[in-house]
Amino acid sequence: MAHIPLNTKQIDRLKQLAKEIADQVQTFISRHSSVSVERTILRLYGVDGVDSERTPLSNKIIDKLKKKSRIKSGVSRFFAGAMLASGRDVQTTAELIDQGKIELDDLSRFSHADILEKEKELAQKAAAALDETRKKKQEKLKKYPSPQQPWRYLIVATGNIYEDRIQAKAAVSAGADVIAVIRSTAQSLLDYVPYGPTTEGFAGTFATQANFKIMRQALDEVSEKEGRYIRLVNYSSGLCMAEIAACAALEDLDILLNDSMYGILFRDINMKRTFIDQYFSRLICSRAKIIINTGEDNYLTTSDAIENAYTVTASQLINEAMAQKALLTADLLGLGHAFEIDPKIENAFLYELAHAQLARQLFPKVPLKYMPPTKYKSTDIFYSHCIDTLFNLASITTEQGIHLAGILTEAIHTPHMQDRYQALCSVNYVFNVARELGKEIEFRKDGFIAKRAQQVLDEVEPFLEKIKEIGLMEAIAQGKFANIRRPVDGGKGLEGVFEKAVDYSNPVMEQLEQEGGIHG
Amino acid sequence: MGEEMIKPYGDTLNDGMVQLSFTLPVENSSRAKKAAEIYVSRLNFEDVSVVHARKIADNFTYFVVYARAIPILDYSTVKAPEFKIKPMDFYEINEIIKIKLHRPLTVVGATIGSDAHTVGIDAIINMKGYDQDYGLERYPEINAYNMGAQVPCEELLEKAIDVEADVILISQTVTKKNAHIRNFSEFIKLLEEKNLKSRFLLIAGGPGISNDLALRLGYDAGFGPETRPSQVASFIVTKITEQKSAKRKYDGDPP
Ligand code: B12
Repeated sequence: MAHIPLNTKQIDRLKQLAKEIADQVQTFISRHSSVSVERTILRLYGVDGVDSERTPLSNKIIDKLKKKSRIKSGVSRFFAGAMLASGRDVQTTAELIDQGKIELDDLSRFSHADILEKEKELAQKAAAALDETRKKKQEKLKKYPSPQQPWRYLIVATGNIYEDRIQAKAAVSAGADVIAVIRSTAQSLLDYVPYGPTTEGFAGTFATQANFKIMRQALDEVSEKEGRYIRLVNYSSGLCMAEIAACAALEDLDILLNDSMYGILFRDINMKRTFIDQYFSRLICSRAKIIINTGEDNYLTTSDAIENAYTVTASQLINEAMAQKALLTADLLGLGHAFEIDPKIENAFLYELAHAQLARQLFPKVPLKYMPPTKYKSTDIFYSHCIDTLFNLASITTEQGIHLAGILTEAIHTPHMQDRYQALCSVNYVFNVARELGKEIEFRKDGFIAKRAQQVLDEVEPFLEKIKEIGLMEAIAQGKFANIRRPVDGGKGLEGVFEKAVDYSNPVMEQLEQEGGIHG
Repeated sequence: MGEEMIKPYGDTLNDGMVQLSFTLPVENSSRAKKAAEIYVSRLNFEDVSVVHARKIADNFTYFVVYARAIPILDYSTVKAPEFKIKPMDFYEINEIIKIKLHRPLTVVGATIGSDAHTVGIDAIINMKGYDQDYGLERYPEINAYNMGAQVPCEELLEKAIDVEADVILISQTVTKKNAHIRNFSEFIKLLEEKNLKSRFLLIAGGPGISNDLALRLGYDAGFGPETRPSQVASFIVTKITEQKSAKRKYDGDPP
């Protein structure tokens, strides 16, 4: 296998630093919760649906609790109490609460033990639902084998889920292994998950549980037809990380974009909110066997890909450390990076190989998510196609895991059907003719590529040391990632963050934590 | 001006050669190829040659076609408004501001609406600039404020009033469903409502923007792909020094 000689002691030091950085953040996370985490608990308990104004019931119940100033105790025990009071099922109870027929915070009628028991029952059902989706996926993978990596990842983004379905099937017949439905512009800023099948989106399609179901069904059909398992991706960055993870789990999604920092940097979501939400969302992913994809590739769209390569590596290390806290195993860790160096630079391809190979060796077991060139794509689509071809070569040579196909029209529009076909022509061609090239390569010990990889590591180390010293939150506030500054208490969604009271309970989280990673 | 008749060029003047590629929602077959040929001929082409046809999904076929375009165009009748501004460099621009205006220029920029793309506006405003050309922040004679992305129109205007801006720069990248047109127009509407339209020099920019489009939307200029900050700065100083000689300086206006 292609190999760069690296200093393993240094790598151990870097991983240790990342772990210590994650430990600090985790201390903060464990003392706090958010409205979105609480809404997720309700969703996992089985609360679904919206009112006539299309406000989700889970939002309405949490808003009620907030108004009554009881949110700090968490929704779980109050909802369990309401279940006891109603004597009905979850959904009916939620509707009764919404209609004001049951008081949410009246726990006086029931004993502490009864409430605890009800909570336990609800949490067990929630965990069972997550187990169920994991098993379903494992069954499907037995029937339709998983394609070999790198998986060919194509996006669809028409705004209309039914049109997306057509585009997705076309991409699969041209060779796609993974389909991602891009979300509508700015959905990440909505503090609720939209509801039902949708046909109107802007440069993307709304992520709703119903849309997940429609697309998963379509992909099950093509998996059967093509004889290989086709994975479905959606996005959970934003104000609803954990809720979207819950919806995705309930509909058997395979991969979620889920980064511990992307929302902060690129969507100006408050960092406290993001750290809290990513943790619970990742616990859900771990149990439901959803691969997470992190967003380091985005850093290189706002900052220089050579100068700031070390921030990608540092962020991968931090994302890995935080994901491990949320019990994600290596096979579920799609760490991100990208082929984004200015093509005008001499030997840009050697830099790209160095960065890709470095990521491969630092994280040997993870399905690395490799993002295609985007920033320097030209509106000359023929030239852009050439750039993608070299990207494909870098990917197969360094054995990447999840290969986002570069599209020749990247600098113009979200892809048309024929654009995807063209992209896959190049991917299929290169992956086939160079399939085992990586196995033939060893990089010269003092050559350009080895030196470059070492240089990146040497830049990562003091950077992580600095972050450890000032803390991750302060580092982001100072603009250490992607040249973007985000104040600790700035951004959207901070009002939804609260400190847990002594009687706070989140039995779903507790159960997932206690039972640990369940895999295989 | 004399006529200047033009046609696409392949390898002989006026051969009209054009390459096309497109998809039709039909299964690939001889009939599908014929349909592609007929369709292209209806677009005003002759000698249509369908060189490639390939199934790309159930019920969809992708074609590559070469054909000769029939229409011929008189180039002398074509007009596209271009600004006739002399391009100046960093030093000249600062010098002119100093000598002719006797005060620094103030510029406020943002990406408005739900658009989250900042790289374009950053390239124009931030120190680093674009393609080895310094951004406006670097100009000692320009006070530049970059408000970033997803800025509501009201907020941008408030800031512009607050810092007594001479120029407002607006960037839009997402063009799907004409999102950029809607957002650009919304800002103009807001200015008109507040009677502030003539108070600022208004500049639009982004990958889907041309000067022509910007003028139609009510802006003073529009800049598209590959714009360098010094081009924008040249336009700004030229316009503002012109305005200064033409009308009262806004410094002296009552509020
Ligand atoms: C980087 C990038 C992102 C980054 C943005 C990071 C950031 N902070 O800006 C991220 C990953 C966040 C992103 C997100 C999305 N993106 Co985007 N993105 C791009 C990408 C790859 C590069 C854009 C870029 O930075 N270009 C470099 C700069 C320097 O060029 P520029 O913007 O043209 O600017 C120059 C000129 O236009 C001009 N200029 C620009 N603004 C101004 C203003 C003034 C006043 C002046 C004078 C000049 C000027 O000067 C600049 C320097 O020359 C493009 C694809 C591409 N290659 O173009 C897609 C692209 C723009 N994105 C696209 C889309 C759809 C999105 C999303 C909506 C996807 C989604 N559904 O979530 C989201 C946006 C969400 C939202 N709320 O807006 C589409 C837009 C399609 C369309 N035509 O509408 C593109 C074309 C990709 C594609 N093919 O689908 N994106």
